[in-house]
Amino acid sequence: MRITDFDLYRDLLKERSGLVLGQDKSYLLDSRLSPIARKWGYPTLDAMTDALRGVPDKDLVNDIVEAMTTNETSFFRDNKPFEMFKDVVLKYMKEGRTTRKELRIWCAAASSGQEPYSIAMILKEAAAQFPGWRFTIKATDISDQILNQAREGVYSQFEVQRGLPIQFLMKYFTQDEEKWRISNDIKAMVNYGNFNLLNDMATLGRFDVIFCRNVLIYFDEKTKASILERMGKQLESDGILFLGGAETVLGITDAFKPFPGQRGLYAQPGSVHLAQGGARGAGNTQQALA
Amino acid sequence: MKACLIVDDSRVVRKVARRIVEELGFECAEAEDGQQAFDACQASMPDAVLLDWNMPVMSGIEFLEKLRAVGGPKQPKVIFCTTENDMPHIQRAMQAGADEYVMKPFDSEIIKTKFSQIGLIE
Repeated sequence: MRITDFDLYRDLLKERSGLVLGQDKSYLLDSRLSPIARKWGYPTLDAMTDALRGVPDKDLVNDIVEAMTTNETSFFRDNKPFEMFKDVVLKYMKEGRTTRKELRIWCAAASSGQEPYSIAMILKEAAAQFPGWRFTIKATDISDQILNQAREGVYSQFEVQRGLPIQFLMKYFTQDEEKWRISNDIKAMVNYGNFNLLNDMATLGRFDVIFCRNVLIYFDEKTKASILERMGKQLESDGILFLGGAETVLGITDAFKPFPGQRGLYAQPGSVHLAQGGARGAGNTQQALA
Repeated sequence: MKACLIVDDSRVVRKVARRIVEELGFECAEAEDGQQAFDACQASMPDAVLLDWNMPVMSGIEFLEKLRAVGGPKQPKVIFCTTENDMPHIQRAMQAGADEYVMKPFDSEIIKTKFSQIGLIE
């Protein structure tokens, strides 16, 4: 690929998705865009690139952005955040919302659905402790293609073994030849929609918990700060934000502070969690999931 | 150091599994069938057993039933690791007292998360 072509794709991605394509990721262009070129009937990637320089088809641009946004995920990815969700966050929310009896969760990079479904399974397991409660899981992603996959809820044998305890597979999946299909009652707990993190978040409503894990790493500092600040406005004052293990708010924004003693969890300044030193609801997180 | 018994009639599978489990910090022993595995457990009970289903002499499920029937103060965690990938087999294994279930083919990531979920590793 020519250097000027790399610049074209880098600028296109930055503009449409906010995603920063480092020079070290240029190898991804070939492997991910060649199938798109084929799909659109271009004999070579260069031919597609030339077409992009003219008046590009909007759907072609969408396909390119979708192909370039990373979709690595697994059920209960990294495990620990889900234990904290179950043992710390749910415990706090139960005490803190005794009259409202509602929990609104946003998965900001739902990908093929493993994260929202993992959360749904935890909520299902905990349902007996929450009589009369309403759980809402809003799951968004920038890629329609991956969202359709998520809505479908069908996973390969490999995918259902990555992080999913066997008891959950037995309880919440049915086998469909070589594939595994998630049960309808888990599927019904998740509401999918297309959303670009660069857009106005007010349209999504307010949330008690936001999962935004392993997404910020793909943005530059300025965009990270903007996303976090706008997320803060959609989060209840005692709400909790989950970031990925390699992500932080430190040095990026003051909209969030690390939740004391709980790695990967963030709360807003002035939140009850920070005022009480995080002691409230901070239970034993060592228990195994299943 | 924790001990893991790797039970599979394929030498190649044992070798691959052994390398993965050793990397998780286990001392490994091998058995080629359920009977050999049972004898090995009688001699010295491991912390974990990675268990194939279909083997000559004694199958994995027969071994597991026998192991759980004998009981004893120290029962190992048993993880099936088999090409049997349908729900009835999974259910039967779990009813017989398996702790986890891996469907072949597997990779180190799958073994690692399964070991972690049942508390064999941090």
